[in-house]
Amino acid sequence: MLKLILRRLLQMLLIMAVASLLLFAIFDTPEFKKRLAVQELGGFAVSALTEESYNAWLAEKGLDVPFHTRYLNWVGDILQGDMGFSYEKNRPVGPLLLDRLANTGILAFFVFALMIPLSLVLGILAGMKEGSAQDRTISFLSVFTTSIPEIATAILLTVVLSLGLGWLPAKSAMINGFSFRELLLPVLTLVIYDFGYVARMTRASMAEVMTSQYIRTAVLKGLPYRRVVMKHALRNALIAPFTLIVLQLNWLLSGVVVVEVFFEYDGFGKLLLEAALFPDVEVVQACTLVAVAVAVLSQIISDIGYTFLNPRIRFA
Amino acid sequence: MAVTEIEAGPSALERLSHPRALIALGLLMWLPLMSYVMGGTALGPAADYILLPAIPATLLLYVLGVRAFRESRVAVIGLTLVFFWLLAAVAAPYLPLLDPNKPIAPFVTPLSEKRDVFFWLGTDFKGRDMLSRMIWGCQRVIVWGVSATFVAYVVGALFGLISGYLSGWWDEIISFVANVLLSFPVMVLFIVILNYLGPSGFNIVVAVTFASAPAIMRIVRGLTLDIKTRDYVFAAQTRGEHPLYIMIVELLPNVRGPIIVDACLRLGYTTVAITTLTFLGLGLQPPDPDWGLMIRESAKTAMLWKFSYMLLVPALAVSSLILGFNLMADGLREMSLRD
Repeated sequence: MLKLILRRLLQMLLIMAVASLLLFAIFDTPEFKKRLAVQELGGFAVSALTEESYNAWLAEKGLDVPFHTRYLNWVGDILQGDMGFSYEKNRPVGPLLLDRLANTGILAFFVFALMIPLSLVLGILAGMKEGSAQDRTISFLSVFTTSIPEIATAILLTVVLSLGLGWLPAKSAMINGFSFRELLLPVLTLVIYDFGYVARMTRASMAEVMTSQYIRTAVLKGLPYRRVVMKHALRNALIAPFTLIVLQLNWLLSGVVVVEVFFEYDGFGKLLLEAALFPDVEVVQACTLVAVAVAVLSQIISDIGYTFLNPRIRFA
Repeated sequence: MAVTEIEAGPSALERLSHPRALIALGLLMWLPLMSYVMGGTALGPAADYILLPAIPATLLLYVLGVRAFRESRVAVIGLTLVFFWLLAAVAAPYLPLLDPNKPIAPFVTPLSEKRDVFFWLGTDFKGRDMLSRMIWGCQRVIVWGVSATFVAYVVGALFGLISGYLSGWWDEIISFVANVLLSFPVMVLFIVILNYLGPSGFNIVVAVTFASAPAIMRIVRGLTLDIKTRDYVFAAQTRGEHPLYIMIVELLPNVRGPIIVDACLRLGYTTVAITTLTFLGLGLQPPDPDWGLMIRESAKTAMLWKFSYMLLVPALAVSSLILGFNLMADGLREMSLRD
């Protein structure tokens, strides 16, 4: 077990190192350096600069040393908590990113709080009796909701609940401080898009368990059906969905971009997009690194969790 | 998200009556459409006629498809949705539609008349006809979506075959690169790549390839590992065939079945990705009609109940196309499991 965790952590470090190297390399072209100069000194000043003074500026910023030294400096800075400076927001990236991540964290918390029970219950109900009307209804519903892209779900919800009925605010900018009503539409959008996938996988896992020998034995012994499902089937059927739910964290980080932009919710995704369009290179790099770290970590947690929950693997 | 229930083996598609005729028809439909959308003004006067042969080809393909999929109602529904939009894409220049880029009268609500023109779906904030923008809008999504998925498949399948068949160091290196790429959340990867390359259709193809090829590579690798111990592969090895020959001629045709199901799903994801990226301002650029652009432009101007049709029309259009792809994939999987 410990060996497994160590090996996975080592793998994670390697992946992070390569990802950060890629990320640093693609934004390390002369063109991006020039852009940085324009952002710091102003476009007019840069166009008036001579070759020499531009080189002097590069030297002052530490941009004239060889690639590997610059990369190591950059990684060192990040490890010390200095993630660079956002020229668009005029703030250091570190605190800015923390703020936005906290906002996305609130969003993610409510999404998971709603999505997990909903998808597990629906998946179990569908997988309990494979092929029944109940199963087909739930399966179709989950294909249907997953087929509607988030942007369309967001539009439908906004048009009906906000523009039509006027129950909820259309935007979630939170100008007057945190408001739960404003959070509801983004949460609903993400839940509706995502629950179908988890429900389908839960259904598949449940359906497989229900056809196994020990369940048949339990039913034939005359145990009440409810007890067979609750005590015997669920234990095994819920292992696969658990790992999947942890992996949804990775999915959520790409899903929040469009939802946050559409509803103008100040979170991680909106920050990343604004930085990419501006372009605010250091913010893009920091956001991407954080996203990769979260994704890799959730992968490890899901792997270890799977091993831990499944005794057949744990003692193998 | 990868499909986990895939196994190597024959698929329902293998029972299609005339595979060669199908491929020919597909090309007859696809090549004109692709050159029409990607060629732009370079086509000159030929642009008026180039899509004409594609219309009967599309209809014929649809009929053949329905016959092949008749066992599964879900697949037929999906096929119908997809071919509705394909037909719209190839027939758009010959339909009696208003010019999708010409402003006529702004903010006309659906089913009403203005300046002696009847607007079925109204007009947008610039006064352009929504119906014709919706129909023209599917061209770019379909062409770029299918091209991107195709390129991702070529790259992913090639690396998957190499990784699965040659094993050893090749496998280690390719799998590691795939792991690194897969550890980026998809949308983050898209944003980083398009931020670096700049927004355009071709760059979307590159971005989709980077995002999808690793997952495809994993699927193909798994299938290859499964079938490379079969007798016909040994036979080819004993004959002294080149590994490349074995991969392309012996292995590739036998991983085809499960890949087709995954391709349908992935076409759906790619359509979502293109629409979403265009909405975010990183994808296709104005002024030509496109569903993502329609949403992007209306989201700023149409946040009122009265004008919500401007958002609903492209949203429903893109949902129906993706639903079509997903239902097709579902039906195909169901059919291949039944065999």
